[in-house]
Amino acid sequence: MKIIVCIKRVPDTESRIKIAEDGGSIDPSGIKYIISPYDEFALEMALRMKESAGTGEVVVASLGDAASTEQLRAGLAMGADRAILLKGVPSADGLATAKALTAGLAAENADLILTGMKGVDNDQQQVGPMLAELLGLPCITVAASIEIEAGVVVAHREIEGGVEVVEAPLPAVIAITKGEHEPRYPSLKGIMAAKKKPLAESDAPPGEPRVRVQALAYPPERPPGRIVGNGVDAVPELVRLLHEEAKVI
Amino acid sequence: MKVLAIAEQREGALRKVSFETVGVARNVAEALGGTVEAALLGGPGAANLAGDLARFGAAAVHVAEHDAFAHYSPDGFAATLAELIRGGSYFAVFFPASALGKDLAPRVAAKLDLPLATDATAVALNDGELHVTRPVYAGRAFATLVLTADTRLVSIRPNVFRPTESPAAGEVKALAVQGSPDTWRVKVREVKAATGGTMDVGEAPIVVSGGRGMKGPEHWHLLEGLRDALGANAALGASRAVVDAGWRPHAEQVGQTGKTVSPQLYIAVAISGAMQHLAGMRSAGTIVAVNKDAEAPIFKVADYGLVGDAAEVLPRLAEEIRKVRGS
Ligand SMILES: Cc1cc2nc3c(=O)[nH]c(=O)nc-3n(C[C@H](O)[C@H](O)[C@H](O)COP(=O)(O)OP(=O)(O)OC[C@H]3O[C@@H](n4cnc5c(N)ncnc54)[C@H](O)[C@@H]3O)c2cc1C
Ligand SMILES: Nc1ncnc2c1ncn2[C@@H]1O[C@H](COP(=O)(O)O)[C@@H](O)[C@H]1O
Repeated sequence: MKIIVCIKRVPDTESRIKIAEDGGSIDPSGIKYIISPYDEFALEMALRMKESAGTGEVVVASLGDAASTEQLRAGLAMGADRAILLKGVPSADGLATAKALTAGLAAENADLILTGMKGVDNDQQQVGPMLAELLGLPCITVAASIEIEAGVVVAHREIEGGVEVVEAPLPAVIAITKGEHEPRYPSLKGIMAAKKKPLAESDAPPGEPRVRVQALAYPPERPPGRIVGNGVDAVPELVRLLHEEAKVI
Repeated sequence: MKVLAIAEQREGALRKVSFETVGVARNVAEALGGTVEAALLGGPGAANLAGDLARFGAAAVHVAEHDAFAHYSPDGFAATLAELIRGGSYFAVFFPASALGKDLAPRVAAKLDLPLATDATAVALNDGELHVTRPVYAGRAFATLVLTADTRLVSIRPNVFRPTESPAAGEVKALAVQGSPDTWRVKVREVKAATGGTMDVGEAPIVVSGGRGMKGPEHWHLLEGLRDALGANAALGASRAVVDAGWRPHAEQVGQTGKTVSPQLYIAVAISGAMQHLAGMRSAGTIVAVNKDAEAPIFKVADYGLVGDAAEVLPRLAEEIRKVRGS
């Protein structure tokens, strides 16, 4: 079975986000970049599926500039067999990204394409299902676990107040959320091996984005709050404030 | 010019976010001098709900009824809505950024080759162009977007917009279901209910979240007591430390790698307030923190803080809230 995992280079979640002088993007200086966390969960799932099947191929793919090579190598170090860098600049237009990924990955004819539930940069939660539609494949989103049963993928999805067990015929696109297994750390051997694994590059410029960032701004400051008091004795006053001042209960 | 709002029902009742999508659509339509239509997909009898959408301003309600639509069907819903939007010359279409809407909107966008902005927290019409504001970097910045297409697809974050009533005709129009259950490829085998209640933390107007300071899952009944005191609109949330420890499911995690929430009231109990947690909840209306450490960073974003031991404070808090709510 061939599994492609789409991984995106994003700022580390600890990063301080500073808006650049153009007012529409972030200042990349001082930011550490990582594989988007949900994409790491997806890669971990793919590697486990290959390991338990004892056969198969795991391919990591990313649309980005040359810097994304760092995340692809990290994916290879975790255990992926090869990598594909689709050179192009992702934008706020998820559909443009999905089109570029489609153009770059369709010929791979993968059995399974995994994406993260969302990229933790723009938090769009779009690209997985869009990719599926463009490729004409079924799609399951927010999957916390997946299993393959005779040509069918079965996923556990997180829904309000429960878990939904859903199936779709292969090939399929699955957007992954946090599952049971933490992503592995690459071993030293893995890191060495990654240097020799194939990394194919091709140009895949997404078309003109149809979602334009007009402005980027910091969130509004919250007005300063206050400590109502200490211990159980302060509870009635807290509840009074919530009822009479904030009017939320 | 027409603006379309996608409504959402569950078990034969409209979800509150449906009024929010209709309300946002109405504001945009009024600024354009246009009209609002709504679309509702559901099981037999769904058309009976059209009146409620009309109260908030829907001049027409397109209703697709099908046995298989009593529950969400990704393929069936996407194909049916795409057909309506394709022929409708809408200026914009507003989806709920609920669990359902987050799954549905990107599929529709790809089918129609239209750009989409998800999870909007503000929508404005400036010089005839739609400006959509949404959080990025888990709320550490807000991007204002312009979509260049004849029909703009936008999903709106639940609980953020405040719809007001403004009755319109709400004429029911039958919407043809596209395809049939045997052509829809994604199939639900089974739904397992969790213990958390049926309100998703991402959509609940009130959230009660617990952190590592709760000291173990056996103490969650204290948080459940508070949630119950707050009524059916309240949901439980958790910090990542709690989820990583296996005390609560990931579906309840609030923060950068969990859900980003904007409830009217967020109560953080025994949560320190790490940056990744704050990212997920700082846009809440009112934030209350209960923590035994007066120096905990959570107090910096809390509107009201209470320094104390959760085990002592929570039962009393639930009791006093019940008194005020008369429940
Ligand atoms: C990539 C990445 C992503 C992350 N994503 C998230 C995320 O999505 N969500 C998230 O929450 N975190 C996230 N984190 C983790 C985050 O950095 C913190 O580690 C986590 O939020 C801490 O959880 P906590 O506040 O429950 O625990 P702690 O930081 O251990 O805080 C426990 C608090 O409980 C208080 N306390 C102890 N006993 C009591 C008592 N009896 N009564 C009252 N108070 C008491 C303590 O004073 C303390 O403030 C992420 C981290 C990384 C690196
Ligand atoms: N530039 C990209 N390169 C590779 N995969 C991507 C890219 N952008 C998005 N994805 C995939 O799509 C998922 C959802 O992204 P998004 O719609 O941006 O939240 C991510 O978790 C990735 O798996």
